[in-house]
Amino acid sequence: MVGITSYGAYIPMFRLPFAAIAGGGRKAAASGSGGEKAVANFDEDCVTMAVAAAMNCLEGLDRAGVDGVLFASTSYAYKEKQAASIVAKALDLRRDVVTADFADSLRAGTTALRAAIDSVKAGSARTVLVVASDCRLAAPRSALERNIGDGAAAFLIGTTDAAASIEHHHFIADEIIDVWRTDAQPFVRSWEDRFVVEHGYAHSLTEAVKGLLQKSGLSPKDFTKAVLYSPDGRSYAGVARAAGFDAKTQVQDPLFGKVGNTGAAFAPMLLVAALEEAKPGSKLLLASYGDGAEAFVVAVTEPIGKLRGKRGMSWHLQRRAELGDYDKYLSFRNLQPTEFDRRAGQGVSATVHFRDRSEDISFHGHKCRKCGTEQFPFQRVCFKCFARDDFDEIRLSDRHGKLMSFTFDFFAGSPDPPLIVTTTEVDGGARVYLQMTDASPKEVKLELPVEFTFRKIHEYGGTPNYFWKCTPVR
Amino acid sequence: MNHDAIRDKVAIVGMGCCKFGENWDKSPEDMIVEAAFEAYEDAGIDKPQEQIEAVFCGAVYPSKGTAEVADALKLFGKPVSMTQNYCATGTDAFRFGVFSIACGLYDTVLVVGFDKPKDRGVSGPSAVTAGVRGLPMTPAGWFSLCAAKYFETYGAGREDLAKIAVKNHHNGTLAPKSMLKKEITVDDVLKAPLISWPFGLYDCCAQSDGAAVAVLTKRELAKSFRDDYVLVKAVAIALAENPQSDPSFDFLRWKPNVYAAQQAYKQAGISNPFKEIDIAQVHDCFTLTELLTYEDLGFCEKGSAKDHIASGTFALDGELPVNTDGGLKTFGHPTGATGVRMLYENYKQLQGKAGQRQVKNATLALSHNLGGAPQTCGMTIIGTP
Repeated sequence: MVGITSYGAYIPMFRLPFAAIAGGGRKAAASGSGGEKAVANFDEDCVTMAVAAAMNCLEGLDRAGVDGVLFASTSYAYKEKQAASIVAKALDLRRDVVTADFADSLRAGTTALRAAIDSVKAGSARTVLVVASDCRLAAPRSALERNIGDGAAAFLIGTTDAAASIEHHHFIADEIIDVWRTDAQPFVRSWEDRFVVEHGYAHSLTEAVKGLLQKSGLSPKDFTKAVLYSPDGRSYAGVARAAGFDAKTQVQDPLFGKVGNTGAAFAPMLLVAALEEAKPGSKLLLASYGDGAEAFVVAVTEPIGKLRGKRGMSWHLQRRAELGDYDKYLSFRNLQPTEFDRRAGQGVSATVHFRDRSEDISFHGHKCRKCGTEQFPFQRVCFKCFARDDFDEIRLSDRHGKLMSFTFDFFAGSPDPPLIVTTTEVDGGARVYLQMTDASPKEVKLELPVEFTFRKIHEYGGTPNYFWKCTPVR
Repeated sequence: MNHDAIRDKVAIVGMGCCKFGENWDKSPEDMIVEAAFEAYEDAGIDKPQEQIEAVFCGAVYPSKGTAEVADALKLFGKPVSMTQNYCATGTDAFRFGVFSIACGLYDTVLVVGFDKPKDRGVSGPSAVTAGVRGLPMTPAGWFSLCAAKYFETYGAGREDLAKIAVKNHHNGTLAPKSMLKKEITVDDVLKAPLISWPFGLYDCCAQSDGAAVAVLTKRELAKSFRDDYVLVKAVAIALAENPQSDPSFDFLRWKPNVYAAQQAYKQAGISNPFKEIDIAQVHDCFTLTELLTYEDLGFCEKGSAKDHIASGTFALDGELPVNTDGGLKTFGHPTGATGVRMLYENYKQLQGKAGQRQVKNATLALSHNLGGAPQTCGMTIIGTP
């Protein structure tokens, strides 16, 4: 049976309280605006979050079996240069993997999911990784800003031990100017919200859900949960009611006030949350919106129990740190003028990057075939026994490590000083000079266990330039 | 290897050093000329174009390279070469000068160390961001790598480092050519803004502009220049594994120090450095560098530095005065000039011309630089005949 054989999700550690957006203090308290949204750290973007979600999805699985990577996002930095190929390289997948980006629409995540299922069903691939990730930018202190959050979800689609299958689908394409962003615009824009909801979201999504019910011959009572994309914390209830669902008990919590609308990753992330609680034999209705809508019947099967330990939504909802300083958030997003432009300069050398891809993107080190010493970066001559060119490449990214040394660098220039800089010993013995992220100096000590996370190391030249960092094992 | 090939064959017969500092109104040419003509005068050289046979330069930020020195001093028609070896650049230029005489090729050569980093418009080292790996490249970050492990292992802390800064600031007030002439307290050091833990502002040396020059000649000719010449006992350079990727590094010492000291002590015939060496100028780019250097060069047992710091072993009136002129801490660190500036201080001390900071009866003096990640260490040992 073709279906979802594994899942993973990623929610960035930082939560921006609505009170901080409102200016903090009395105004926020008076407006009763409790709640928060998930925001990417300054070194994260849709690619790094996609890699994190995919690593969670692939944890413990053989990566060599992955035949394809479908990446979905509306916020990818490049207009010309594929994201899926960076994700595939960071995940250390086979070189003959099929890669494609799904972009431009808020429902790109579910569209990619269906494409993956179709290709496995058609036999053109046996195992396909689907990863949806978004880090959309709304104008500071705009109405849209509170609703938008950052995050990613990943699914492995295959034929063996599928934990959920997708049995029916119904698509609606719709031309409407409701939310949009051109190349030249940094911020997502939106027409008046009542128009957007009534004639865009509610209309199309209800049509897709009703169409799916008709096509499948199922009725709302056949579903444990409806997993619905929503532009805000209210509008989904109307769609649920219109389609015959009990909005109180039968709809997956869309996590407004905790995470926010994560764009192309939103419906996929909510599906991960629903699967974490789903029982074998139950059915979920998945519906996502964007320039039309699409709806799916997701049938949960016995192997779902094997996925319980995955880092999905509940794990990430527990792991949080408050970013109470709105100015800091603005500087994370390059929205604060600074003395030095982080995006200036010539950027990285393409030829150096070309030569160093396996070390820098796949985080490969060397293991000496003569003496067994593991080392980073690649060497021509062994550090220990001096043998020449006699190494095996080893993947370090999914190992753990421990801190051998650290400093808190206030001089290095970071939107969130001090920069924590470490010498980390990767399990096996390789030593790597690494920045630490998603951590506070208070928790840093010698021997601290760390894991590795793919991040933007800087943005010189105006492009995201990626490398790995360490982060405390949570 | 013949460790005796260098000892006592080459003499320093003249030295000069310009005032170190943020020399906004001086060009590299100004500083080179100032230092070189002081050295000429000191050596009694009045026809440098005839008497100097070769020039060995060291600079990390040269704007023109060797021509910068040749043009400034009008030394043409002879070899002028330039070396770079991180913070040991000046020391390495001196080393090549020594070799050139020891091998018998030249009689008299000039060593010129200089740098002018303050023309770059930044107060610290510039950020290098060629790639994505090995970042950030901040010297304070690199040199603090041993702090956490060393502190935990031997129970030392920021207070011990602070005392080194206080000592060097004091010594610097007595050196006419130092940049900073200001006494500080342990409290000042501990309360200063953090640069890179455990280093606060006063734990770090500043960048400055400077130039220093030495006139070397073969021993047989030394007397024709002056009676109180100084002899070269050892010149050593050692490269070590990158501490950021060396799988066997213990974070309790700097390996380049250990390697270079072995070479230097063999060349000079030293078996007990603490007893035999009278004064030392060591690389105090950061206070911890000086602390680790005490131990790595065998001035005291590993782990015992904090006790010696507390008891004043390395103070101006201690058993082994270190950084008698205030070190990098008060001179700043024009990279190519620093090693030659240290030789200038040792030379003056051995001649008994160090003024208020004179150490009594000094006959053997060591200088030391540590640079790169750090991966390179340069050392010299010079002494009275």
